[in-house]
Amino acid sequence: MKILVCVTSVPDTTAKISFTDGDTKFNKAGVTYITGPYDDYALSRAVELKEQHGGTVTVLNVGEADAEPVIRKCLAIGADDAIRVNCEATDSYFVATQIANIAAQEKYDLILMGRESIDFNSGVVHGLVAELLGIPSLSPVMKLDIEGSTAKITREIEGGKENLEASLPLVLGCQEPIAEWKIPNMRGIMTARTKPLKVIEPVGEGLTSTDKYELPAPKGACKMILAENAEELITLLKTEAKVL
Amino acid sequence: MSVIIFTELDNGAIKKSSLEAVFYGAELAKLQGTTATVLAIGESSEAELAKAGNFGATKVLHANDARLAVSNIQAYASVLTEAVNADGADTVILAKSSLGDAVAARVAAKLKASIVSNVTALPNLSNGFVVTRSIYTGKAFASVLMKSDKKIIAIKKNAVSPVETDALAKVEVFSPALSDADFGVKLVATHKASSTISLPEADLVVSAGRGLKGPENWGIVEDLANALGAATACSKPVSDLDWRPHHEHVGQTGIKVSPNLYIAAGISGAIQHLAGVNSSKVIVVINKDPEAPFFKAADYGIVGDVFDILPRLTKAVLAAK
Ligand SMILES: Cc1cc2nc3c(=O)[nH]c(=O)nc-3n(C[C@H](O)[C@H](O)[C@H](O)COP(=O)(O)OP(=O)(O)OC[C@H]3O[C@@H](n4cnc5c(N)ncnc54)[C@H](O)[C@@H]3O)c2cc1C
Ligand SMILES: Nc1ncnc2c1ncn2[C@@H]1O[C@H](COP(=O)(O)O)[C@@H](O)[C@H]1O
Repeated sequence: MKILVCVTSVPDTTAKISFTDGDTKFNKAGVTYITGPYDDYALSRAVELKEQHGGTVTVLNVGEADAEPVIRKCLAIGADDAIRVNCEATDSYFVATQIANIAAQEKYDLILMGRESIDFNSGVVHGLVAELLGIPSLSPVMKLDIEGSTAKITREIEGGKENLEASLPLVLGCQEPIAEWKIPNMRGIMTARTKPLKVIEPVGEGLTSTDKYELPAPKGACKMILAENAEELITLLKTEAKVL
Repeated sequence: MSVIIFTELDNGAIKKSSLEAVFYGAELAKLQGTTATVLAIGESSEAELAKAGNFGATKVLHANDARLAVSNIQAYASVLTEAVNADGADTVILAKSSLGDAVAARVAAKLKASIVSNVTALPNLSNGFVVTRSIYTGKAFASVLMKSDKKIIAIKKNAVSPVETDALAKVEVFSPALSDADFGVKLVATHKASSTISLPEADLVVSAGRGLKGPENWGIVEDLANALGAATACSKPVSDLDWRPHHEHVGQTGIKVSPNLYIAAGISGAIQHLAGVNSSKVIVVINKDPEAPFFKAADYGIVGDVFDILPRLTKAVLAAK
């Protein structure tokens, strides 16, 4: 089975977000980058499926050179090779076009992604790629098993879940508990250094551009209510905050 | 050049989040000097759908083929694309949801449309078409210029505050051509909690964390939620421990909510939890530790024991009714 896993390199979940150059650029100073948490689930399940069924796992990132540590970590976890499309990834359509171009040539059985990237949280790249390739996509996927050429899938829906079946090839957006996050071992880290990482240039242009960033207005002080007067909260929510 | 709004139905009625999208679409149509058309897919009635007019739509296209009764991403995307073409629309508006995102993405690919998700306000049209979107899980905003002729905008809850009128929309039957190729994914079974209020749609949310000590104590959380008519939610460890179902967990790796009121009981307020709730209008925190980081993100705080405070709040809500 040939699996493609699309990963983002994103600020650590505890990172403080700020901007530079008159609020036109993300401030990378002091920020640690990690594999998108959902992408990590996708990669972990891909490695498990390879162990069960054989085949290859390729990781793909559309991004700049500073994403390479994250890509190497994916190789250390068990991917066989990697591709980086060298560009700044801010437009979903543009990112999806790069992924679909590669997938159209390589004919993967499964394209696994995260349910959403934690920088842009759009949750749309899987659907875009799938439509560009003319195949189904499903997200958020909590459970995935492959039997022959059929995928058995559990997907989260509002207030519950549903079981689905579909034929490969498929694009899936993954989330927990599809697999346990894997931690690279020493042997993985050593072999990752020599696994192939191909860098290619993007094609086409984005349909949007991001001109300016902004931080939310700072929160006002928290109004404290004494525990013995807790009931007062309900009155305040009605008369002052006007939310009840 | 119309604006089309993709809506979702719940038991035949247009969902609340979709009605917000209708209002957003109608306001945008006004700015552009055009009209707003709603697409509704699935079983409903003319009287029910005409209510989209209350939120500013002039016309509703109703696609009600038996094959569309169960939501189907590919088929819905094809129907929406046909509706866009039939109506001569340039812009598609929808409320962000797992179905909406998936449908919108496919339509964007079909139409080569720019797509922006998590939009928080009406666009600024003074210099091109610029929308504001929430990024980094609510920690920042970006202004995005949409450059293509066709545009798709997925809005976040509370992007607009709808003002309702008595106007009714004209309902037209819409019969799209359906293709077998869109029905390849087979639905085997659905498991859904029956009576609960939908968390992403909820205006009021009562959420609890590890401070509740165990699943057997959730009664006091549910009592307060029931008294308020609120949805229940939880922190990630609570769903990891299987105290509560996964679809209730909010935060960076869970559901992102933006209700009018979010009450957090026995939750410490880790940055990953805050990421899912930071666009709530009003946050109330109840924690026995005065140093809990959540108080810094709160509007109202009570330092106290949840086992004492929650039942008293429930009583106060019921007494005030
Ligand atoms: C990559 C990543 C992603 C994550 N994503 C998420 C996410 O999406 N959502 C999420 O929630 N977490 C997430 N986390 C976990 C997060 O970091 C915290 O560990 C988690 O939110 C803590 O949950 P909690 O507040 O319920 O528990 P705790 O941190 O254990 O806090 C319990 C709180 O209850 C209080 N308490 C205890 N007893 C009482 C009592 N009787 N009365 C009143 N208060 C009491 C305590 O003072 C304490 O503040 C993520 C972590 C990582 C690394
Ligand atoms: N720049 C990128 N490079 C590779 N994969 C990406 C990129 N952006 C998004 N993806 C994939 O698409 C998923 C959904 O992203 P998004 O639509 O941005 O929320 C992510 O979890 C990734 O798996």
